[in-house]
Amino acid sequence: MARSVSTNRKLVTTFFAWVVGLAIFFPILWTILTSFKTEAQAIADPPIFFNFHWTLENYVTVQERSNYFRHFWNSVVLSGGSTLLGLIIAIPAAWSMAFVPSRRTKDILMWMLSTKMLPPVGVLVPMYLIFRNLGLLDTQIGLVIVLTLINLPIIVWMLYTYFKEIPGEILEAARMDGATLRSEILYVLTPMAIPGIASTVLLNIILAWNEAFWTLNLTAAKAAPLTAFIASYSSPEGLFYAKLSAASTMAIAPILIMGWFSQKQLVRGLTFGAVK
Amino acid sequence: MATKHSRASARIMISPAVILLLGWMLIPLSMTLYFSFLRYNLLMPGMEEFTGLTNYKYFLTDPAFFAALTNTILLVCGVLLVTVIGGVFLALLLDQPFFGQGIVRILVIAPFFVMPTVSALVWKNMFMNPVNGLFAHLFKFFGLEPFDFLAQAPLASIIGIVSWQWLPFATLILLTAFQSLDQEQLEASEMDGAPWIKRFWFIMLPHLSRAITVVILIQTIFLLSVFAEILVTTNGGPGTASTNLTYLIYMQSLLQFDVGGGSAGGVVAIILANIVAIFLMRMIGKNLDA
Amino acid sequence: MNTTFRTLMGACALAALSAGAFAETITVATVNNGDMIRMQGLMDDFYAKHPDIEVEWVTLEENVLRQRVTQDVATKGGQFDVMTIGTYEVPIWGERGWLVSLNDLPDSYDIDDILPAIRDGLTVDDELYAAPFYGESSMVMYRTDLMEKAGLTMPEAPTWDFIKEAAAAMTDKEGEVYGICLRGKAGWGENMAFLTAMSNSFGAKWFDMDWKPQFDSEEWKTTLNFYLDLMNNYGPPGASGNGFNENLSLFQTGKCGMWIDATVAASFVTNPNDSSVADSVGFALAPDNGLGKRGNWLWAWNLGIPAGTQKVDAAKAFVEWATSKEYTALVASKEGWANVPPGTRQSLYMNEEYQKVPFAKMTLESILSADPQHPTVDEVPYVGVQFVAIPEFQGLGTAVGQQFSAALAGQMSAEQALDNAQKLTEREMMKAGYIK
Repeated sequence: MARSVSTNRKLVTTFFAWVVGLAIFFPILWTILTSFKTEAQAIADPPIFFNFHWTLENYVTVQERSNYFRHFWNSVVLSGGSTLLGLIIAIPAAWSMAFVPSRRTKDILMWMLSTKMLPPVGVLVPMYLIFRNLGLLDTQIGLVIVLTLINLPIIVWMLYTYFKEIPGEILEAARMDGATLRSEILYVLTPMAIPGIASTVLLNIILAWNEAFWTLNLTAAKAAPLTAFIASYSSPEGLFYAKLSAASTMAIAPILIMGWFSQKQLVRGLTFGAVK
Repeated sequence: MATKHSRASARIMISPAVILLLGWMLIPLSMTLYFSFLRYNLLMPGMEEFTGLTNYKYFLTDPAFFAALTNTILLVCGVLLVTVIGGVFLALLLDQPFFGQGIVRILVIAPFFVMPTVSALVWKNMFMNPVNGLFAHLFKFFGLEPFDFLAQAPLASIIGIVSWQWLPFATLILLTAFQSLDQEQLEASEMDGAPWIKRFWFIMLPHLSRAITVVILIQTIFLLSVFAEILVTTNGGPGTASTNLTYLIYMQSLLQFDVGGGSAGGVVAIILANIVAIFLMRMIGKNLDA
Repeated sequence: MNTTFRTLMGACALAALSAGAFAETITVATVNNGDMIRMQGLMDDFYAKHPDIEVEWVTLEENVLRQRVTQDVATKGGQFDVMTIGTYEVPIWGERGWLVSLNDLPDSYDIDDILPAIRDGLTVDDELYAAPFYGESSMVMYRTDLMEKAGLTMPEAPTWDFIKEAAAAMTDKEGEVYGICLRGKAGWGENMAFLTAMSNSFGAKWFDMDWKPQFDSEEWKTTLNFYLDLMNNYGPPGASGNGFNENLSLFQTGKCGMWIDATVAASFVTNPNDSSVADSVGFALAPDNGLGKRGNWLWAWNLGIPAGTQKVDAAKAFVEWATSKEYTALVASKEGWANVPPGTRQSLYMNEEYQKVPFAKMTLESILSADPQHPTVDEVPYVGVQFVAIPEFQGLGTAVGQQFSAALAGQMSAEQALDNAQKLTEREMMKAGYIK
């Protein structure tokens, strides 16, 4: 890996990389900055970058208007719950695909992925009727089920590609030693696959956290996560850039922070078998 | 290695996932199929009647349908093009040694964590707004007339927003692929005096092909049903300039409450999505054979 | 261990009791308009009067709200106990029995005090199906300072020609002042509300007596061309994406010379906290063309109770509180008379304090001059000023609105847009069985 690179070249690369990185990050940075401005400063021309009067007023206004913590908590429960449930269903499935492949394994995998291509808007009314009849509207459990199902194909696929890299002989050996299937998966496979599972968990939490169609349409007040919280800011109300920025920052901050802290784990398994 | 015993247990182990997904697919699908043959408007209960293929006829002859089809294809292909090309260059850049690699990587992946609704709201209001947006300020600074992105180039603007969200994903996967590149081979060709472009074309790119396929597959799945970004920014307009299939069905079934028509649209979209799926799977199947 | 357990149980039971064993939670769906947001800040008054009721808010943007509540009420989903709905929905829903009748509100509520123009729109077969939270018409709001600078005087009842003249005189594109701001964002409640009302004053109509669409008429051509001409020459950039809220922002930041829109905007543009032009705003009736109809609409946001709810009494208590005279007084005492929800009660306009509010008179006059029963110059088979009160209108209005919005964005000519509008309206009306 050790490449000798001239300091000059490294400096040039550093410059370009930072410029590109900051450009990509800029919209988020700008949103965060604007959330601390007053409404008038938020639309000032020329734009003000740092030398404004920092205020928390917008956050107070937003919190007065909607119960942020309940939405936040719902987001945590929904993304956490659906990820957990997804893993419980997907680990056995991925195990059998990876270690006992048959001719149809690949077809099943591809079919699973294809279920994700169905446009949700097309089936909203039927789903709404089913949910009403089952009493699942505006419940956390109902949404956990939906989010699990829409992300299940991705979980299965990620785990499958990761499991495949694990030599089957090790599992074989464990079986020789008399391990049952359950303990084989639980005590041999899972610990070995921790990096892959961690990465799957992280990706799934991100996807579930940001899912905005079902979470908005199947909830009202009790189970509504942050996607519903932001929906009440999606049209302007007079001067509103600063308030919008505050609400946006509140909606993305938790997942952004989680993502940053765990980016190493996330990246490690985010290969979908693309890298041999 | 697979014994009969393990085959049986494998089948049991995979079945919960298969059964659940089958149910998730079939139950709403069969209801949608059934509704698509009905004259069924939510606002007119008790008037449901069988109408045969009328809903399909109206949906397929809707002038907006063709526009929506084209827009869907343009949107998917546009975003794929931007993210794959952009992703390759970004990955190439981030793979070089430089100061602050960790921080830059954090900056680059950040958009992936942002909710589609939030990103659409932020781009629409704080950047693309022709009066108070940052781009308008920038244009005026250079003495130019502010460009009204969402009215003059609605689809391109949406492609831009969606690409911003997916660029980090493509970059990450491609970066991992770059890092697994055989350095010795690369150095050997450098010694041989092969120009950079040749090394890139004949060594790096083939190595990336699997990663690129994965990026295309996963993104297509999500891009076919882009919805929030359109709803927030342009509402499919002006006219039908940024209406994709998902949005067209949304208009039918949830703005007009024409469940019958919307369902027919849903069925059409499902068929089209499956055609795309088959193509993709073929492509992936060839490239991903382990 | 045993005692601990018992203490614990007791504590739990106590907690359950004190946390309101009898408290009932109602879910209220509402739109993110200023007046509703303000109400959410005044809930302490409601809780003081009704300690046994807990209110959960679901605040949504207008289009999303409409989709969510309609879907819920039509499928009897039962997710909401009180819904914020418009004048368009109430008669259609009431007729289908989807709403709880409010005729039995107590005498102290004084139903007869509600402006007849508004009340009629919410009544089906003598049953009041929703209580108006605020009512509005549309009028011209203009910058008195810019008008003066242009050397013009706004008459109380301007004509469209005057509006055009004034728009031309006030426009200063270098200084980012645009003579006129109008709605351009596609939607039956957005640009079509404005354009349909405007077309009435030009003698145009949606349908003739046989429900045949009329977009191929000369009157519509004049209307649309006049609108496009105004907006292209004197309107702000990006007008095809501007709805009520976007224009409000523009006006408040001093970018518009005139703005023809909802009367409720008056209190926002004259509020110095939000508006940089608060002290130089004048009002006039919506313009006309000398044909006997003005280009103003009639609308109210109302609170209705879906028929499926289990909590009718609690919901009624809330509706009564939110639309009562006392609520108006409460807002007046906290935020001043200019900020009370306007346009619903006669008593408000009799109130001397309220008469001092600069836009009070013009709002009332605008509301009274709208006639939903006879909206157009010629006779038509439908009611509704800026909408056609048939279930198909939401879809139709939005689809036509898209065409007009595209024309405003310069993607097609006025003729093309009208031609498309005519074709698609014919299609939908045929599909719905109005015409063969």
